[in-house]
Amino acid sequence: MFKYFEPNKIFSITSKAPKYVLFLFIVILSIGLTEALILSPEDYKQSHSVRIMYVHVPAAWISLGIFSAITFLSIVGYIFKIRNFFLIAKSLAPSGLVFNIIALVTGSIWGKPTWGTWWAWDARITSMLILALFYTMYLVAWRIFEDNDKAFKVTSIITILGIINVPIIKYSVDWWNTLHQPASINILSKSSIHISMLFPLMTMTAAFALFSLLIFLMKYNTELIKIKNKGLDRL
Amino acid sequence: MIENLFFMNGYGLYVWSAFSFTLISFLTLFLVIKIQYNKEKNKFIAKFGSLNSERAAFAKSQSVNKEILSNTSNI
Repeated sequence: MFKYFEPNKIFSITSKAPKYVLFLFIVILSIGLTEALILSPEDYKQSHSVRIMYVHVPAAWISLGIFSAITFLSIVGYIFKIRNFFLIAKSLAPSGLVFNIIALVTGSIWGKPTWGTWWAWDARITSMLILALFYTMYLVAWRIFEDNDKAFKVTSIITILGIINVPIIKYSVDWWNTLHQPASINILSKSSIHISMLFPLMTMTAAFALFSLLIFLMKYNTELIKIKNKGLDRL
Repeated sequence: MIENLFFMNGYGLYVWSAFSFTLISFLTLFLVIKIQYNKEKNKFIAKFGSLNSERAAFAKSQSVNKEILSNTSNI
């Protein structure tokens, strides 16, 4: 099964896909922005500041999802010695970090009118900041270690340590008394968010997911060409 | 309506700065990755051009190399 993940087989797809993904991203983002900024209603308590949710929540979800994917790929890649899994994980990390920063900054902007402060050492916010540190360590490790085997080992350790933080982020609002509100959307039970707000939220999530796919494809192609450049040096 | 879209009952500055920060971050990341991609691709083309005919023929026999050389329509 893993032979299908060989770079040579994937490159013919990944080299052609970005332009289509970019087109789809622009279309979905335009719909999402229109919904989020114009068509969706204001909140009865938070008024128009609730619109920040449409960039803050998808960014947080995607940064958590990407880190979980990176951990999974690193562990499976390390156990089964699949080098391409590390390449995929490495290519996912930049967009994960940027989404994490977006979640922190937009959360801070949202915090000012809602809580009266830009920052609080609240469990949810602090654990998101720790996730950003793990993303940074992961990317720095790839830069520091030129020996691939060492880089595989160190980045795997960083992701295993970092993944412990992911359930803490998710359940921090339930385990501790935090300024941050509890989750409004639950997969297993009824969501407390109205459909008029859920639709733009899901549209923006789809747009952000497409953007991370676009960045992943471009970064993956870059990494692959880098490997091929080294191959030409050896000829 | 336009005024309401900008000022949003006094929350406009917060909402617009959050959306602007997000879109600027997207654009910056996109440009950084695109520059890195173009740099590596140009390096590859330059290295490929400097190979002698025998080595170039061998390198061209690899499907990925052919794809990189032929694929100029990438974003």
